[in-house]
Formats: sequence, C-alpha cells, structure tokens
Amino acid sequence: MPAYVLSRLVNALWVLFGVTTLVFFLIHWVPGDPVAVMLGESASAADAGALRHALGLDRPLPEQWWRFVTGVLSFDLGDSLYYRQPVFALLTSRFGATLELTAWAFLVAVALALPLGLLAAARKGSGWDSAAMGFSLLGVSIPNFWLGPLLVMAFSLGLGWFPVSGRDSALSVVLPAITLGTGLAAVLSRMVRSSLLEVLGEDYIRSARARGLGERQVLLRHALRNAWLPVLTLLGMQLGALLGGAVVTEMVFNWPGIGALLVESIQRRDYPVVQGCVLLISFVYVLVNLLTDLAYARVDPRIRLGGAGT
Amino acid sequence: MIQRLAMLVLVAWALVALGARWLPLQPDHMALPHILEAPDRELWLGADDLGRPVLDRLLIGAGVSFRVAVWVVGLSLLVGVLAGSAAAWYGGLPERLLVLVMDVFMAFPGILLAIALAGLLGPGIDNLVFALTLVGWVGYARLARAQVLSVKEREHVQAARALGTPSLRIIGRHLLPLISAPLVVEATFGVAAVVIAESGLSFLGLGVQPPDASWGSMIRDGVRYMLVAPHLVLAPGAALLLVVLSVNLLGDRLRDWLDVRSGTRERRTE
Repeated sequence: MPAYVLSRLVNALWVLFGVTTLVFFLIHWVPGDPVAVMLGESASAADAGALRHALGLDRPLPEQWWRFVTGVLSFDLGDSLYYRQPVFALLTSRFGATLELTAWAFLVAVALALPLGLLAAARKGSGWDSAAMGFSLLGVSIPNFWLGPLLVMAFSLGLGWFPVSGRDSALSVVLPAITLGTGLAAVLSRMVRSSLLEVLGEDYIRSARARGLGERQVLLRHALRNAWLPVLTLLGMQLGALLGGAVVTEMVFNWPGIGALLVESIQRRDYPVVQGCVLLISFVYVLVNLLTDLAYARVDPRIRLGGAGT
Repeated sequence: MIQRLAMLVLVAWALVALGARWLPLQPDHMALPHILEAPDRELWLGADDLGRPVLDRLLIGAGVSFRVAVWVVGLSLLVGVLAGSAAAWYGGLPERLLVLVMDVFMAFPGILLAIALAGLLGPGIDNLVFALTLVGWVGYARLARAQVLSVKEREHVQAARALGTPSLRIIGRHLLPLISAPLVVEATFGVAAVVIAESGLSFLGLGVQPPDASWGSMIRDGVRYMLVAPHLVLAPGAALLLVVLSVNLLGDRLRDWLDVRSGTRERRTE
C-alpha cells in the first residue's frame, strides 16, 4: 500500500479515536446527572445508587471510558433513557431520512452551482457574472433557519405546492433540500468560477481556441474537465457543512432524521442518544473526507508522490 | 458604494449594540391589546405574540449578537494564534500534538460540536460563548501555524534568532505583523459565522433564553404565527441577513485588498 494511503488511514483512525474520547469526556464533564434525569426528582438515594451501579456509573472514569470505546467498536452505544431502546437501533432507523435530505441538497447545490459558475466564468465581468456572484454572496449569508420559513411562507402557505413539514409525501423533501443546498450552491459556484478562470488562462486552452474550436467546446470539453478537481475536494469538505446544516434544517421542517433526534435528545437530556448522534455524524464526515483524499490522490499523482502536507 | 452601505450597516449594528441600554426600549413590555399587531405608525415593526414591541426586541437582539461575536472571535483569535504560532515556532512534539488535537476538532462538521456542547452545558450567553470558542479557535490555530511555518525561515527572522532575541519577542515583533493579513480576513468571516451560529443556537432553543431577545429565538417564536403575523419572522431574519451580508461583503473586499489567497477553510457554519 502506498505510504500516502497508509498515512491517511492512520490519521483517520486516530481522529475517530480522538472524537470518541472527546465526546465521552464532554458528556461526563458537563453538569447534569443522567440518573436524576431517569428517575425524576422524587427518587430515593438508594434507588439512585442502584441504578448508578447498574449503569456502571460508579466505576472509575478510565474504566468507563474504556467500556465506552470498546462499546463503540462493537456498535453498542447503550440504551436511550427516553425511548428505552438501544441507541444504535435508534440511529439506524433515523439515518435514512438524513441521508435522503443531504443527498437531495447535494443535487440541488450542484445543479445550481455548475451553470452559475460556468456562466460567471464564461462572461467574466459582465452583468451575468455580477448576478451570479451576487447570488453566491446572498447564499453564503442567508441562514437556513430563516430561508426555510421564507420558503414555507411562499410555497407552502402561499401557493400550497409543498407540505409545510414532515416526511409524508415525495414532495416533502423539496423545500428542505433547497434550504440546505443553497449555502453549498453559493460556495460551489464561486469555486467553479475561480477554478474555471484559472484553467481558461492555460496554454492548452489557447491552442484549443487557436485550432478553431467553438467557445462552447472549449468551455465544456477542455476547461470544465480540468477545473473539476479543486471543486471535487471542496465538495468533500463541504459535505461536513451539509451534515452540520442538516441538524438545523431538520428542526425547521420537522424532518425525522439524526439532526432532529439530536436536538430533541438534548432537550430531554437523553445523554446516550446525544453521544450517539454526535459520533455518527462525525464518523460519516471523517470517512467521507478520507474517501475524498484517497480519490483525489488517485486522480492527481502529485499528491501521492509529494509530501502529504498537513 | 455598496461597501459604504455595508459599512453603514455595521456601524449602526455596533452603535445599537453598545448604546441600547441608553435607549428608552421596552423589549419585555407586554401589551395585550397589541398582540400580533402588524407594523403601523405607532409600532414600527408590529408586536409579537405577547404584545411586545418587535422593534425594541430587535435592537436588544442586535446587542446579543454583537457581544457574542466580539467575544467569540476575540477569544478564538487569541487562543488560536497563540497555540498555532507557538507550535509552528517551537516545532517538535508540541506541534505534533497540536496538529493531532486540531484534526480531532476538525472532525466535527459545522456547528455540530457547539450544538451538543451548548445543549449539554445548558442555555445562557456565557455557555454559548464558551461552546462557540471551543469550536472556533481551531481555524485560527491552523491558519496561524501554516503562516508561521511559511515565514519562520525568512532572513530577518533568522537574524533576530541569531542575535539571541527571545522567542516571544520574535513571534510578537517579527512574525505576527507578517501573518496578520490572512488572520484579519479570516476573523472578518468569523464574525459572520458566529452571528449565524449564535442565532442558530438560539433558534434551536440552546442560546439566549426567554424573556431575553435574540434574533434566532425571535425567528423561532415567530414561525408559529407565520400565517397571521409574518413580520415576526421577516423582521429579525432581515436584520440578521443584513448584518451577515455586510460582514461577508467587507470580508471579500478586505481579502482582495490585502491580497490574501482564498479558501483557508470552509466558511459556512450554520
């Protein structure tokens, strides 16, 4: 296995271990007692002690930590204090909805960003360019917990095209996906534009033009193909922002995914579920980044062969 | 022209934030006859579901977002620059440790960690500032480290080192001035990110608590009355967008002006 791949793998393993440990200590360090939450305020000290023992909370912290880490390795994340069922089962039942939302948001973002970036780069300095970049600035600036309600006001309450919230029909995903995808579309369209502009200054583009190729051919066949790489890296990185943004978007639209589960569990002080949600989202993010790194190294030999960097 | 406008928005934001206590505002004054009243000549932005004046609450909310932004960006910058530049300067084990720690913090997408932390610590501005700083310092540390690494071999730095100048003095006198431009740009975008994050956490009920007003919590409360009183959602959201848009616009111009390469880190954190 090439050294680069190995170093990325080792790094990813370390990060997953670090994330697990950090999450464990955060939960144990913050104020609030899960036993008090489970039993209510009227519980006797003896009951609390018995439950504490049953949950292993009376063990020394390092031992609890070790149990937690080994538990994560065997997909055992404990039981939800509220639902009284294994956290892992809860997570898997909710993950599909989050995946569906982020996938659609991703599509929305690419579908918006690609034409916008292309247009802006092809007509650099024109009104089209300013309009596209204006949209981009607006897109990075508009918070999704405001964009969501605005879309609901216009397209659900006003025009009645889409459901206000929930995940009951095929149309339910439209507004959440637009809400979540807009920010990414904004960042992406900028990246497509700047990456294209850089490529358009290269010699081979000049020779393509000199050969008499049409502007359309030059742009789509020659430039876009080479401008794609930096955009790809950004996509991998931004998928994390998408997952993070999904938490808020799910709350706006009452979308039954991991994000909504996380916020509900925080409100219920259901610590094991909070732990599980944070771990799951971070793990997915780390894995996606790892895959992006490896895919990128496959395509671009300079990364594989040169220093791995930081 | 548009920069002037953005500047004007930010000056107004800061003035309102700092001066709100001297204004005759009644953000918590409930007037039952005014419940959900639309904007009119007397109540410029109407009243909310408890009959409280939306404009007064909006101005108080400006103070919250401004204070949180200043504190979080200031603290993150301080911690991040200290850790990042010291690690790059001294190198060795401390640097490797810092890189490992940063990698772990970067593994939490967006404000996920802040959401979890703010939720577990309980609501309140102090916890909010703490949670956002714990998430925020990493970006500055990464940038400061990369910058110091790129300039620490320069001749004047080496000369200072050869003359026996103490490390802290070299970092403060010779390195920081060289690396400050990208940090300033990053901090500007950081303000926008923190303003959105604060409102986002308050929107989720994890930030400022009732009866206190924050733009995020105003949006959350307003969503229930979207059909009958859309101004409850429109007003705080517009204020929020205006501030964030202005900060981002100035950040873009600042970046062009200082000629800083873009793409130091992901910018969206909402």
